[in-house]
Formats: sequence, structure tokens, C-alpha cells
Amino acid sequence: MDTLRFLLRKLVEDRVALLGAVIIVALVLVAVLAPWMATHPEDVSEFHPQIRLQGPSAENFFGTDRMGSDIYSRILYGARITITIAVIAIGASVLIGVPIGLVAGWYHGWFSDALMRVSDVFLSVPQIVLAIAIAQTLGPSIENVILALSATYWPFWARLVYAETRSLKNEVFIEACIALGASPLRVMTLHVLPNIASSLIVRTTIGMGGTILTAAALGFLGLGPPAPSPEWGRMISESREFLPEAWWYATAPGLAIFLVVMGFNLFGDGLRDILDPRIRRSRRHDD
Amino acid sequence: MTTEHGPSVTTTTTPRRGTRALLEVRDLEVSFATDGGVARVLDRVDLRIGEGEIVGLVGESGCGKTTLARAILGVLPTNSARVGGGSIHFQGESLLDKEPDTLAREVRGREITFVPQDPFGSFNPVFTVGAQIRDLMRWKSPALRGDRPPMGRRERQRADHARVVELLRTVQIPQPEQALAKYPHELSGGQRQRIMIAMALLPEPKLIIADEPTTALDVTIQAQILKLLRRLAEDHGVAVLFTTHDLGTAYEICDRVTVMYAGQEMESATSEAFFNHPAHPYTRKLLDSLPSRDRGLRGIPGEIPALVKPPPGCRFHPRCDRATERCARERPSTETLGHAHGVRCFHPTRPGAS
Amino acid sequence: MKLLVLVLNRTFWFFPTLLGLLVITFTISHVIPADPVAFVAGDNATTEQVEALRKQLGLDQPMHVQLYRYVLGVAQGDLGVSLYTLRPIAEDIASRLPATLELTLFAVLLSTLTGIPLGVLSAVHRNSVLDHVLRVFTVSGLAIASFWLAILLQLLFAMRLGWTPLQGRIDGFGPDTVTGFMIVDSLIAWDLESLGDALAHIVLPALTLTFPAMATIVRFTRAGVLDAINSNYVLYEQAMGFPRRAIVWKYVLRNALIGTVTQIGLIFGILIAGAVVVEAVFDWPGLGLYAVQSILQSDYNAIMGFTLASGALFIVINLLVDIIHGFIDPRESR
Repeated sequence: MDTLRFLLRKLVEDRVALLGAVIIVALVLVAVLAPWMATHPEDVSEFHPQIRLQGPSAENFFGTDRMGSDIYSRILYGARITITIAVIAIGASVLIGVPIGLVAGWYHGWFSDALMRVSDVFLSVPQIVLAIAIAQTLGPSIENVILALSATYWPFWARLVYAETRSLKNEVFIEACIALGASPLRVMTLHVLPNIASSLIVRTTIGMGGTILTAAALGFLGLGPPAPSPEWGRMISESREFLPEAWWYATAPGLAIFLVVMGFNLFGDGLRDILDPRIRRSRRHDD
Repeated sequence: MTTEHGPSVTTTTTPRRGTRALLEVRDLEVSFATDGGVARVLDRVDLRIGEGEIVGLVGESGCGKTTLARAILGVLPTNSARVGGGSIHFQGESLLDKEPDTLAREVRGREITFVPQDPFGSFNPVFTVGAQIRDLMRWKSPALRGDRPPMGRRERQRADHARVVELLRTVQIPQPEQALAKYPHELSGGQRQRIMIAMALLPEPKLIIADEPTTALDVTIQAQILKLLRRLAEDHGVAVLFTTHDLGTAYEICDRVTVMYAGQEMESATSEAFFNHPAHPYTRKLLDSLPSRDRGLRGIPGEIPALVKPPPGCRFHPRCDRATERCARERPSTETLGHAHGVRCFHPTRPGAS
Repeated sequence: MKLLVLVLNRTFWFFPTLLGLLVITFTISHVIPADPVAFVAGDNATTEQVEALRKQLGLDQPMHVQLYRYVLGVAQGDLGVSLYTLRPIAEDIASRLPATLELTLFAVLLSTLTGIPLGVLSAVHRNSVLDHVLRVFTVSGLAIASFWLAILLQLLFAMRLGWTPLQGRIDGFGPDTVTGFMIVDSLIAWDLESLGDALAHIVLPALTLTFPAMATIVRFTRAGVLDAINSNYVLYEQAMGFPRRAIVWKYVLRNALIGTVTQIGLIFGILIAGAVVVEAVFDWPGLGLYAVQSILQSDYNAIMGFTLASGALFIVINLLVDIIHGFIDPRESR
């Protein structure tokens, strides 16, 4: 409770991080309220070819696309796709990676080494390259994008947790827990995990931004959910053949991606600034 | 070397040096901005160092001794620390009124040098020791001073190198040329601190500020290093300001001791007077708390105050059994008890009283 | 001696990592698809056609035999043939590699040459106007989708202003191929017209790639410099009156750069990932464009070839970065 209040106070002081938080909250609100906020909710699947490629107007805030659908409404619905992909992909990769990192960090032996070598192999290739290969094999759909992203992102968490667990294992308070006869599972979940939670939270926040970018790139390459899905990357890719005349077509979804990723990055940076000195201070008290 | 400062006497009891003031700190106030508010880390502190005098600045960690050392050097953290008042005079000139650039060029590393607390982190890890000493000499070689005969660059470098090697031998680095070619992490902590002492002496300064120069080292090496520092300071006629939390060390190597508590200096006396006739209640308690065979270990009751909201007046008064109402109201000014023995207390123990 | 051990250790791990990568691509291409043959043959193939193709591709063999053949093939430089053009994939990739390397190296040069000084200035004058401007700049650099930035640059500089060509690598035939790098080759041939043309073509894609890479370099350099500035050795150097300029640009920078060098591997990752979409937008005839075309044609053999090639490239670069790091950091090497 005390920690939460401390966090909130610091967050309000750090205006940049606050801006990030506001953007994230706005994204969630937009995703939830899309049916009510959209001016043409039916345009997610309906076409009006007679008004295709119209510029921004009072009727269509961000103009219309090649099918005559309202870009503003499609962007609002696109937020749902973005959030779904990012949250599930990050959640799944954290759920896979963290236990692996904990176990590999806690126990020494060939099994730990093997786990870490496997994640090293994954980390030796840029994430998007493997994600492209997987998504291509599985075929374009929202589930497969999520699968491709989680399958390529878990090693990052495994590595992170592994390193932190290894260094925590040498801390006196953990050694004391072991000496007192606490079971490894208990120590890991009740003592190791809470101690790495803050750095996990920071990395998850920043990882959301990166994942949204990668997902959009997959969409742009045609590996995301198929048409007529209002996925932002796909919308930008569709817009290319109508440039430079239909400039609004590419502008709106690009700005949406930019804002959202920026929101997560700013918030993550702010969180790190707030949590880091705290970590250092509490560690020093332990000495 | 010792001739300028009068005959060298080996006992620590008589103040043979320090007749003329080299450094005078008066009413110095330094504040730090912290998360919890502004902490006044130095509260109107006085300090005097005579020429060639070895002064120990003693106090518990957090009492402000390192801050005082850094304030004299002019290297307080720029974004959080602020000098709120007072003066620092060195050889009669005010250091606080000098431009930062002038201070760096003409005073630091020339007139006043530094031996750091942490010989492990104070060498730059990615340059050889030799490269770092060469740079020091490039900017701070005594041959560059105005009063020395001008020398060609090559000639000066050769002369400097010879001095470096000689001084490294003096600080007991057995193979100086090899040591110069090494990276800091390839040397032991003791070796590094010896080299640091040599580096402090190379510019032929008037004052060396040694900030807990041995706390990071092995106990067995500490004594060697301290004796070396004292011997070299005497040989070169350099004054030393030596901060430590260890009274024993201070007694061993210092001519005079100033004791600090919570950002205020409490008492300043010759080592002999300090240990034999302590006047300030804090000093007496500090000496009492030293472990001895018949008493065992004793602490001082109470806690060191937080500097963000320190007790008013004498900051020791909440823990002092002689404290009166006046102690909580105003800070005592310095009362002179004897030769160079000053105490900031309304109720000091006067000589002969105990 | 320590350095030799380091180099041997890093080189030793190179082959198992590559093998691991092969196993991953094998899994993706042979295990994940329910029936890779049907996938390859397409929906209209008859049962006989499928079985014939299965035999031809060796997919009727047990899994471990397939894996063995696959690894053996790659070890001999055989990445299979494109399902679309039937050309050997290894040759296609080899012919496209120089274009990607030229683009990414150009972007690495551009981003380090600008990013490092800016990072130092930002740390030395922290909380100044410059620092705040750079913070906005780096945050944007890491938040912007590179394909979108590419399109915006194209829209502005190529379509509206007409300052640069819209896409491609060079007009006409270009200089004789020596290194495969247009800029280097036109310098060798002293063909200034081609040189100007090559530069005009590379500037927009390179800028697109540079933006996020530079943002990363600025951030790391800034953090490294700040760490160094707060270190005890800088306190010592200040206390001994070393000139401020020497402290920042010699002592601090050398320490900070060691950290930045280790980040170059990461930056190559950003660049290779970015190159896929940026090459697609600018029609830059490199590996990325090849991958995108293969995606559009569902040419999954080619995609596995691309994955392997870019993975191997990335591993080699990281190996080199590790070794260079060992050379410049005395704590690693001695």
C-alpha cells in the first residue's frame, strides 16, 4: 500500500511518465468504447465504394479508405486488435519465460545450461525474422501473430529472470531462507519473484511498445489478420498505392501506432526511473 | 626539505609545525538537496590547517567529513550540493571566490592534491597507470610552474619520468616501470593506494587531502600505508588533511585532531591534548566508547540525527548529559582552552577539572 | 592470453548456435505445418502429385533423417530451391546480400557518427534544452514504425519535393561490380555520376533505418557517460584538477564507448529487422525485399533461407562485436 502510494506520487511528479500513462489509459478506453465512439461502427466490415478515398471531413474525421470505409472508426476498432495481440503475446511469453528463467537460475546443472542455450539461440536472431518465418508458415491470422510473437519473445524473459535469480541466490536473505529449510518453490515464489517484480514490470511495459511495433510490421507485410481487418499495419500497407494523393490514408494509422508505442515507452522509462533508485536504496539497507 | 619548517621533531606531542595558517575554513555551510528535503550537511564549520601540519578530521560516517574535504577541493556534486555561506581561505586567498576553471588549473592537483577513499574505483579502468600518471604530469608537473626555469617538452617529460619512477620506489612499488605498464585492475589495492599517494606528491603540493585513504584496504596494509603517508608528508613538508572514523589511526599519525558530529565540528586540539584532556562531552563519550580491556565495548546512547531536520543549536544536545536549555537554542562559539585547543561547548570539561 | 581464450570461447559457441538456429528453422518448416507437402503443392494438386513431390523433397523419410539431410545440405551451402522461381536460394541470397550490407553499414556509420557525440552532449548538459530535445527525439525514434517513417519520407522528399528518387538502388546499370557496394564501386571506377545517383537513392532508406538506431546509440551513450561521470575515477580526476574537456572527451568517453560497442550488435538487430520493411517500401533489392516477395508468393523455402542467412549474419556480427569488445576493454583482455 505504501509502495503503491509512493509510486503514484512519483508518477504525478514525473509529467512525462504521466503522459505515457494517460496515453495507455486512452488506448484502453478507446478499445473498450470503440462501438460507442465510432461514427461508422459498421464500416469495420461494410464498404461504400462510391465514397472511396475521400479526404478528412466532418463526416469522416480521418477520411475514407479504398473501400470507402471510415478510417476514424476503423482505427478505433484497430486499437482492440493491437491491445489483444500485445497483451496476450506479452502475457504468454512472460508465463513461459519467467518460470524457465527461475528454474534455470535456481538449479545448476546440464538442464539449466540447456534451457539457457536454447534461449540464446532464439536471442541470436532478430525477433521479427523468426516471427516472420513462423507467421508465414502458420498463415495470416490474429492468433498466429500472437503465437509467432510469444514463441519468439519468451527467451528474453528467461534470460532476464535467469540473470536476476542467479545474482539474488547469493544474497544473504535468500541464503537465510534456504538455511531455514524453506522449499525451493516457496523461496522462488515468495522471495525471488517479488524481488525481480519491479524490473519485470518495467521491461513488460517497454516490451509492450516493441511488441506493438513488431505486430504492426507483420501486419504491414501481410502476415497479420487478413482483410478487411482494421489492423493498423495492414491499413498503412493498403494505403501505399494511393500515395501521394490520399496522404490521410497512411497518416492516421501511423500516428496511432506512434502514439501508443510512445505511451508505453514513456511510461516504462518513467517507471524505471522511479523504481530503480528504490531498488538501490532498499538493497543498501539490506547490507 | 624540513629546514623551511624548522627542525623536525619526531614526537607527536609538541606542535612543532602549523604556526602559519595554510588553510582556514570559517563558518562553512553546505546543503544537499535530497528526496526528503534540504539537508544541511555542514553547519557553520571551522577548520584550520597550519603549514606542514597533519590534521585528522574524525567523525562517524555521515558526519560531513567527506563533504568538508570535497568542499575544500571544490568538487561537491554540482546538481545537488550548494555552499550556503562561510569562507575557505588557502594561503590567504579565498577559494570560494575563484573561477571554477582557475581552481581546477591552478589549485587542484597543484597546490592541493587528493588521495581518494577508494583505490579500486578511483583509477580509470581503461587506461594504464602509466598513461594516467603521464596525463597528470602533462598538466600538473612542478616543472610547469612559473617560478621554475623553463624546460623543453622532451626534457621535461624525461625529468618527470625519472621523478615518477623514483617516487614509486619510495612508496615501495618494487618494479616501477612494470607497474606503469599495467592496468589498474592488475594491481592490488595496497599497490594502487601507494601509487595514489605518489601521485598526490608528484605535483609538489602544499596540502594533501586524504579522504579515509585506508578504509577500503586490508587491516594489515592500512598501518603500512598510513606510516608511509606520514613519513612522506614530513619529508616533503606537506600538510595533510586526513579524514577517518578511527580515533586510533588519527592518534597515530596526526599532529592535531578535529572531531565532527552531525555536520558540526565539536573540538579541535593537538593529538596529545585531544586524548589526554578531551573537553567536549561528545569527544569524551567517543573516547569512552573505544573498546578497552577493562571496560569492553560501549556505545553512545541515542542516534545520529537526520540532517534534514537536525536538532537546533548544538546538534549533539539530545544525546548529551550536560545539555541545558541554552544548548538547544544556540550553537556555541569556539572557546579556546589552551594552546590551539578549541571547543564548541557551553559546558566543556576544563583542564584539571577531571 | 586471456584475449585468446575469449576469442576461442566465442568462436566455439558460434557453431552450436548456428546448429540451434537450423533446428529452429527445420522445426518451423518441417514440423509445424500439418502437411508441408500439401502446403507446398497447393490446394489443386492430386494425391499422386503430392506423393511424388513428397518423395522428391525427401519428406517421406523419418524426421531425424530429414533433419540430418537438411543440416548436411546447409553445411554444403545448399538452401534448397525457390518454390516460385526454382532458382537456388543460396545464389539469390548471395546476390542480394551486398545491397542489404551496404544499406545497413551506411546506416550504422551514420547513426554512430551522429549518435555518440549527441549522447555525450546530452549527458554533459543534462536537463538542458538540448537534452530535452534529444529525449523527445530518441523516444520518437524508438516509437515510430519504420515502414511508416519510410512512407512519410518518401511522400515528402520523393513525391512532393522531388529531391530524391522514389525507390530503387540506382538508375541505369551503375558501375562495374567489384565489391557489390554501389558507393564503393563507383568510387573505384571514379564514376561521379553513378556515385551521386547511388547516394541519392540510399539517403532515404538509410535515414529511415538510422533514426531508431541513432536513438538507441544516443540513449546508451548518454547513460554510459552519466555512469562514468558519477564514478569515483571522475571524482578523482576532478579533484586532481584535470581539464574538464579531457575528462569528458578522453576519460569518460572511452569508458562509455566500451558499453556502446556492445550495443552495436543490438543495433544491427534493429537494422536487419528494419531492413525487411524499409527495403520493401523503397524497393531496395536486398535480403529484406527478397523476404517480402517470398512472403507474398508463399515461397516458404526462400523464407527459411532468408531466416537462416540473416540469423547467421547477425550471429557473425555479434561474434565480431564480442571480439572487438575484448580488444578494447582491458578488463576483458588482460
